[in-house]
Amino acid sequence: MSLSPTRSLAFCLSASLLALPLQAGAADGEAIIQQGGANPAAMPCMSCHGADGKGMAAGGFPRLAGLPEAYIAKQLADFKAGRRENPLMQPIAQALGDAEVAAVAKAYAAKPKVNVKPGPVERPKEGGGAWLALRGAWDRHIPECTLCHGPSGVGVGDVFPPLAGQSAEYIEAQLRAWRGTPAQPAGKKTKAVAAVAPTRSNDPNGLMRHIAADLSEAEIKAVAAYFAGLGESTEPFDESQHRLR
Amino acid sequence: MRASTGCAEPSSLPVPRPVTDQGTAPMKMPLRCLSVVLLPLLTTSALAADAARNPRLDDQTQLPKAPARPAGQTYFQPPAEADIPHNAFGELVRRGQDLFMNTKALAPQYVGNEMNCVNCHIDRGRKANSGPMWAAYPMYPAYRKKNNKVNTFVERMQGCFQFSMNGKPPAADSEVMTALTAYAYWMSTGVHLGKAQPGRGFDEPPPPKGGYDIARGKVVYDKQCALCHGDDGAGKKVGATSVFPPLWGKDSYNWGAGMHRINTAAGFIQHNMPLGRGRTLSDQEAWDVAAYINSHERPQDPRLVNGDIDETRKRYHADDGVNLYGVVVDGRKLGQGVQ
Repeated sequence: MSLSPTRSLAFCLSASLLALPLQAGAADGEAIIQQGGANPAAMPCMSCHGADGKGMAAGGFPRLAGLPEAYIAKQLADFKAGRRENPLMQPIAQALGDAEVAAVAKAYAAKPKVNVKPGPVERPKEGGGAWLALRGAWDRHIPECTLCHGPSGVGVGDVFPPLAGQSAEYIEAQLRAWRGTPAQPAGKKTKAVAAVAPTRSNDPNGLMRHIAADLSEAEIKAVAAYFAGLGESTEPFDESQHRLR
Repeated sequence: MRASTGCAEPSSLPVPRPVTDQGTAPMKMPLRCLSVVLLPLLTTSALAADAARNPRLDDQTQLPKAPARPAGQTYFQPPAEADIPHNAFGELVRRGQDLFMNTKALAPQYVGNEMNCVNCHIDRGRKANSGPMWAAYPMYPAYRKKNNKVNTFVERMQGCFQFSMNGKPPAADSEVMTALTAYAYWMSTGVHLGKAQPGRGFDEPPPPKGGYDIARGKVVYDKQCALCHGDDGAGKKVGATSVFPPLWGKDSYNWGAGMHRINTAAGFIQHNMPLGRGRTLSDQEAWDVAAYINSHERPQDPRLVNGDIDETRKRYHADDGVNLYGVVVDGRKLGQGVQ
């Protein structure tokens, strides 16, 4: 005997209704990553962020594995609130309940964090991406990236996320999101292009936006390539080691 | 938060006042006057008490204020890193720069806390108003008329190790000091020797008219500084490496460091903090937050006289800018030290 379509639907509904309070109470982060949230609009994270949580460079989808729990939770809250705009991510964040956000953040934070093998002091050449990353451009009030994001860009505390382990596509996109695009006047053969407002304004104390605003397009590309090129060490992160600047 | 004091303060803004000895008699005097009163207490016998130590290291008072930058002029531009020559001299200069940026990691035997030269001298000692090396180096040997002493540049750096890095100064002829000196010398290429450069030191803002306020400083700290330096002022590390330096507590600069002066910290903060967003705090905010930071305990002043905070204040702190060493704040006398 097979269930009638109506009864089958009723069964499914009651089953999902039964499951709802459970998910609201203690959401399973790993289940959300693999299967999505209770709301179907909350698609499985891994479909874009990868099975291992290390992101997908081609789509500019960032690594989430090993990022600080508080940082991930804040980004999801900022997507919901519109402090960080993204057509793909905002609807997903909005579809996640508070408990689901907390569970996902915890699950990703528990995955291996990026490690860059400590090496000797680097001697960057002026003008390249490494120079910006390690020396900054203080004449424009731009600190070296590693001053806040840590040696080799491995991230510091809950506030400054790792840049190592992220793709050039993602880093570039974020710098542009903070910067927006300045308006371009009409040329002889080109039309005027209107300015695009920044789509990210969730940097604490406005620490990031003025930096991005002062970077040229070439510098954005170069510094993103530098961090993307650092690679990832297979050795576990050694807390007892010094990392040279 | 209010400093307990024997002085009546007519202003509505609480200004901590140093407590003199057991003095409870109300006194009405500006902060600066008090240090003048205490000056004669610097007796010669007291100064001779610990002659074993290099007495020239003990004087950490400031050089006269550097001139302001004339309108329309730029600060001195040190040579580019790419211009460091590729020879033995260049190697020494690079080694100096490495030590400057990684002091704790590369010279741990001399550093007793989690500070590195570059923490107070931003952009590898190149940034104006962040104690740049190109402005410091040409001022030494420095003659101080007040006590008829001469300090060399190496002695000044030894002072950094002893106080700011709460460590053991490397010997004057050590490899570490030679490399750091070579780095500062190279960075000063083309600067006018012996001439005070605009941008030297930290270009301190004038003391606010109504005084500073520690409680108001905490509000600034929580909003602007705690993000990196932590609510507890302990800073943040990656592995063993300090990324955001501790501002108080056992791993920070000690009570003898120049940065323990509120005026000095106010200058550093206003020009350089938050990182990349310097010149965004008002004079008042800079003084308030500097006072808040410097109203916390930190390692003892290594010049401590006979284990006595009051004696030490009289001899080394009373005439050294504006500071809270030996001052009672919130019912507790500062300068106890932490280990």
